[in-house]
Amino acid sequence: MEGLSQGPRAEASFRLRLGDRRTFADRALTLIAIGLGVSALLPLFSVLYMLVVRGSPLLSLELLTELTPGAGMESGGIGNAILGTVVVVMLAAGMSLPLGLFAAIYLAEYGEDSGLSVVVRFAGKVLSGMPSILAGVFAYAIAVSALGSFSAFAGGVALAILIVPTVMLTAEEALRLVPSKMKQAALGMGATRAQMVTKVLIPTAMPGILTGVMLALSRAAGETAPLLLTALFSDYWFDGKLGEPIASLAVLIYNFSGSPFEYQVNLAWAASLVLVALVLLFNVLAQVVTRRPEEH
Amino acid sequence: MAQPATKQPVSGLSEASRRSPIARPPDAWQGAFERAFRWTACGLAAGVVLLLAGVVFEVVRRAGGSMGKLGFAFLTDSVWDANGDRFGILPSIVGTLYTSALALLIGGGLGVTTAIVLSQGFLPRRAELVMKNVIELLAAIPSVVYGLWGIYVLIPALRPIADLLHEKLGFLPLFSTKLSGPGILPASLVLSIMILPTVTAIAREGMVAVPRRLAAAAYGLGATRWEVIFRVILPTARGGIFGALVLGFGRALGETMALAMLVGNTNRFGWSLLSPGNTLSALLANHFPEAGEVEVGALMCAALVLLLITLAVNALGSLIMRRARRGLTGLG
Repeated sequence: MEGLSQGPRAEASFRLRLGDRRTFADRALTLIAIGLGVSALLPLFSVLYMLVVRGSPLLSLELLTELTPGAGMESGGIGNAILGTVVVVMLAAGMSLPLGLFAAIYLAEYGEDSGLSVVVRFAGKVLSGMPSILAGVFAYAIAVSALGSFSAFAGGVALAILIVPTVMLTAEEALRLVPSKMKQAALGMGATRAQMVTKVLIPTAMPGILTGVMLALSRAAGETAPLLLTALFSDYWFDGKLGEPIASLAVLIYNFSGSPFEYQVNLAWAASLVLVALVLLFNVLAQVVTRRPEEH
Repeated sequence: MAQPATKQPVSGLSEASRRSPIARPPDAWQGAFERAFRWTACGLAAGVVLLLAGVVFEVVRRAGGSMGKLGFAFLTDSVWDANGDRFGILPSIVGTLYTSALALLIGGGLGVTTAIVLSQGFLPRRAELVMKNVIELLAAIPSVVYGLWGIYVLIPALRPIADLLHEKLGFLPLFSTKLSGPGILPASLVLSIMILPTVTAIAREGMVAVPRRLAAAAYGLGATRWEVIFRVILPTARGGIFGALVLGFGRALGETMALAMLVGNTNRFGWSLLSPGNTLSALLANHFPEAGEVEVGALMCAALVLLLITLAVNALGSLIMRRARRGLTGLG
């Protein structure tokens, strides 16, 4: 101990000096990396800033309740598009949630590592990596061509294909996180497997399942490409007919983004603000509902 | 002989337990529920597989119908003319690969750097988590909103830079045309923003999985932080990082709206970053809503090509990820 701290040379060698080549390289790389990391966040802030600046002046009750304006009109809102997005997403949820959730229950509880569950998991991964426009192409092939018209129903089918894999994979993970002690206790008390699943497994895993569902639905609400091929757009209110084209926020943004009319472009910004606000709200809610165990 | 003998006490027991409110065997209804539940779960799980099979089958069937009529010229022709019934997707295929490669170059580099910043203790743990969630928000913003932002914010901002590049470096093929508005460069930039969260999340996962004792050993030998990163963390996590890049590439290939709005929808391919181009997904989005019967057939073929390319890239990415995970076991 004495010997180590005696000489001035030994003491100096433990201090980091910027003149040293290795220290300098280390500090410089740190600065560059943090700079790049921050610059990766710039687009996000720019997008959010522009949404507020260009979208908020139009925010009013009329915006949310009036029909989309035609070419050259100076008034009107996005009411039918908001309602349309809600209708199509609900339709898609109705079709996809039973499929995704039951498949997840099978994977987590019944399938174990059977041949079927390997194939199901593979199919889920492939579906979740598939470009969203291909879901639109498929829905076009089976619903639009067959029924002879673009329709809200076809839009629901397209979005459902995108929701299924997300819900299935996240719900399976949530179900697997339930401690096996709880499952064994239920079975030991004489519960059938189905009783154990519905009364113990699902309620315990509910927060995780809900997170996945909310993330999947909010992503579906922002999907544009599949709707362009299926639901198209409508300048009128949804009147209960699922076999006709329907408006949506996403397609409205796309249609009006290239419009030569200032007012329509402004509406596109306002619709983006509403859409992003909805999506972010869902995302934050989803993160509040569960905190992943690794982050406790 | 043995059966009735053993059955006697069991049925006697169940007789007793049927009267007990605490323990009794499942009644008929509960048994039926059990069976129905299991078969529903099994059937719907199979339904997910059928869904994928249906998508692939339907696209292949529709494409197959018109593949014969279009012939091989479909893949090599560069004219898309619905009135003249000439459909070629070569510029779209090349454009898809070109924009995605550029996006990978920019977004991949930034994503891996961000993953390093978020995994190697540069920030306090709390700040790390906050920044990780903010990066994930980048992925939550719908692609059509990025398209709108690209048209009204990014392209005007790029214009002076692009004009300067064309003026000074116009002799390079990369800058040989003027930026007339939409083009390869704005499209690739927006694409790179969109794949950044994917690359960051997966690459970070790979870096976090590197056993801490490996880094600790290097620190103990007197290495600086970046020496540890370059010589221990990155080589050990290279499988995960490579997988992240491939999966990010797969994402870029299929991304549609931002490209449909920003790439220019011109069926001509040029190396210039400032010229307009086209991609498979943008072709589908721009032409499907108004296509006639013959054009729909051609678009189905384009969809099949897109499906095959993305399937191949995603399969490669998953394979690399699986090998990377296996490679790490035993190090811990």
